[in-house]
Amino acid sequence: MATDLTVAPPVAATEKLPDRKKKQRPRWLAHIVLILGALLMLYPLLWMLSSSFKFTEDIFSQTGLIPERVTTENYPDGWTALPRDFGHYIWNSLVIVVGSIIGNLLACSAAAYAFARLDFRFKKFWFAVMLGTMMLPIHVVIVPQYILFAELDWINTYWPLIVPKLLATDGFFIFLMVQFIRGIPLELDEAARIDGCGHFAIFWRIVIPLSVPALATTAIFTFIWTWNDFFSQLIFLTDPEMYTVPVALRTFVDATSQTPWGPVFAMSIVALAPVFGFFLAGQRYLVRGIATTGLK
Amino acid sequence: MSSTLDVPPRERSHGEAPGGASRAASRARRRRSGWLTPYLFLAPWFAGLLFITAGPIAASAYLSFTDYSLIGAPEWIGLDNFQRMFDDPRFYQSLKVTFIYVVVSVPIQLAFALFLAMILDRGLRGLALYRSIYYLPSLIGGSVAIAILWRQIFGSDGLLNQVLRFVGFENPPGWVSDPDYALGTLIILNVWTFGAPMVIFLAGLRQIPTMYYEAASLDGAGKVRQFVQVTLPLLSPIIFFNLVLQTINAFQTFTQAFIVSGGTGGPADSTLFYTLYLYQRGFGNFDMGYASALAWFLLLIVGGLTAINFIAAKYWVFYGD
Repeated sequence: MATDLTVAPPVAATEKLPDRKKKQRPRWLAHIVLILGALLMLYPLLWMLSSSFKFTEDIFSQTGLIPERVTTENYPDGWTALPRDFGHYIWNSLVIVVGSIIGNLLACSAAAYAFARLDFRFKKFWFAVMLGTMMLPIHVVIVPQYILFAELDWINTYWPLIVPKLLATDGFFIFLMVQFIRGIPLELDEAARIDGCGHFAIFWRIVIPLSVPALATTAIFTFIWTWNDFFSQLIFLTDPEMYTVPVALRTFVDATSQTPWGPVFAMSIVALAPVFGFFLAGQRYLVRGIATTGLK
Repeated sequence: MSSTLDVPPRERSHGEAPGGASRAASRARRRRSGWLTPYLFLAPWFAGLLFITAGPIAASAYLSFTDYSLIGAPEWIGLDNFQRMFDDPRFYQSLKVTFIYVVVSVPIQLAFALFLAMILDRGLRGLALYRSIYYLPSLIGGSVAIAILWRQIFGSDGLLNQVLRFVGFENPPGWVSDPDYALGTLIILNVWTFGAPMVIFLAGLRQIPTMYYEAASLDGAGKVRQFVQVTLPLLSPIIFFNLVLQTINAFQTFTQAFIVSGGTGGPADSTLFYTLYLYQRGFGNFDMGYASALAWFLLLIVGGLTAINFIAAKYWVFYGD
């Protein structure tokens, strides 16, 4: 043990060494707890998936995961159950999501570059302001925002949902990016500067290409948050033509006194599927993102 | 300047001593375009501050002293909105509902998160898989689809009651339609999303040097003692971070309550979350002045809680050396 510590670099001493585990209870116990827990956590989701293939009347009598009678009718039924077909709402959601991702990537990384690499007056103050806005509940500013956007005639357009992202209002991503850019060696900036690059060239040709992991985290989280967002879309989009997926989904359980659970579950699965997809594709970035900034 | 430009780029970056002509040139260039550059990078952010975040905070401060319904000009009414607020039983109800929700769900959620993080931290096989499974609900817990699912599961003929009837309960309550239980179903939903703080705990546990545990165990400390005297103090900054974050998140819960109660906050206002009440006043009745007063009060609460958390942290958070 002592020799280990002297040979190993200081970092190694803080890492977990296998010895610690030798006196622990058998691992199968931990595995059983974890597997049971995971099943309990996932059961509602799996049950919803299975129920989307059941007849509505069966949903209320079958608690199991294997449908006794399988139907795929719920998907076409749900797709066309609302005034416009569901593809229309998906399109509205996608426009907002893509606009938000572009906005956050450009605006937040530019702001982060200024905070991480440039000097200007009251930088600490502005940085503190930025951190403060991270904690700001949207409910506090929604009324004046609504009034502003109503004045601009932007209610029932995509703009109230995209423009704030173009203006770097998601402080989380600025913070994430500042942390990341600070980790990029300054020597690279120096070298580029000697080669004649100004700040814009350094930003665009050095910092951006090297920040791909942080940018990916930003894009994935922006996708999931915007796709799932309900509050602001409910407020800014009241015309059924402009409904996004969550707002349209809500009219299912709102409008009809008798909820058609089969089709509703089918469209809920459609609404959740892209999130699962991004989750599986981008797990690496997600975990890193939460570990550095505590995003949810 | 021209002499340095004649040298091929590669030679320049290698051959010249630092502080040479090119350094001077770049410094000059920075001086020329320098002062404006940061503000160009920050221009969108400043615009956002003015129109989307800080500006609206100031605007809602003004609006909270007015009577305004989007038609005509805001009419100054002084403290009337605040007066009304403190006479409004639904305002108190919404505060009560939100506080119960936060105080009950956040500690349970964090306890689950820490418990599972500690199990996962033992270097088990399949860590990444378990972590993903437990994290998944955090990503979708606030979505409309999940709220709809919750409404079914906890409905009077929902999944839970089918199971309960199967095991012999004759008349289980209709959870979401029963004022005594409706809030409880939303608390369960929030606890279900313990994956996000769990991942943060896991990262924190990794940072605790193994030698502390070895020293403690040499001194004869058992597992429980090690947890109380090594893990908890060393993890306290992370616990604190999670506490602040989850408290603020929980205070802003809206979607789940809106969907489960059909936008009413019912039954009997038992799920009338603060944000839901604000929405009803602002965008149901277009009572923008009153909604702004509610918004400012929310800002004070969130700010106050954060401050309390920070002050309390001085007494129990251990930041090492």
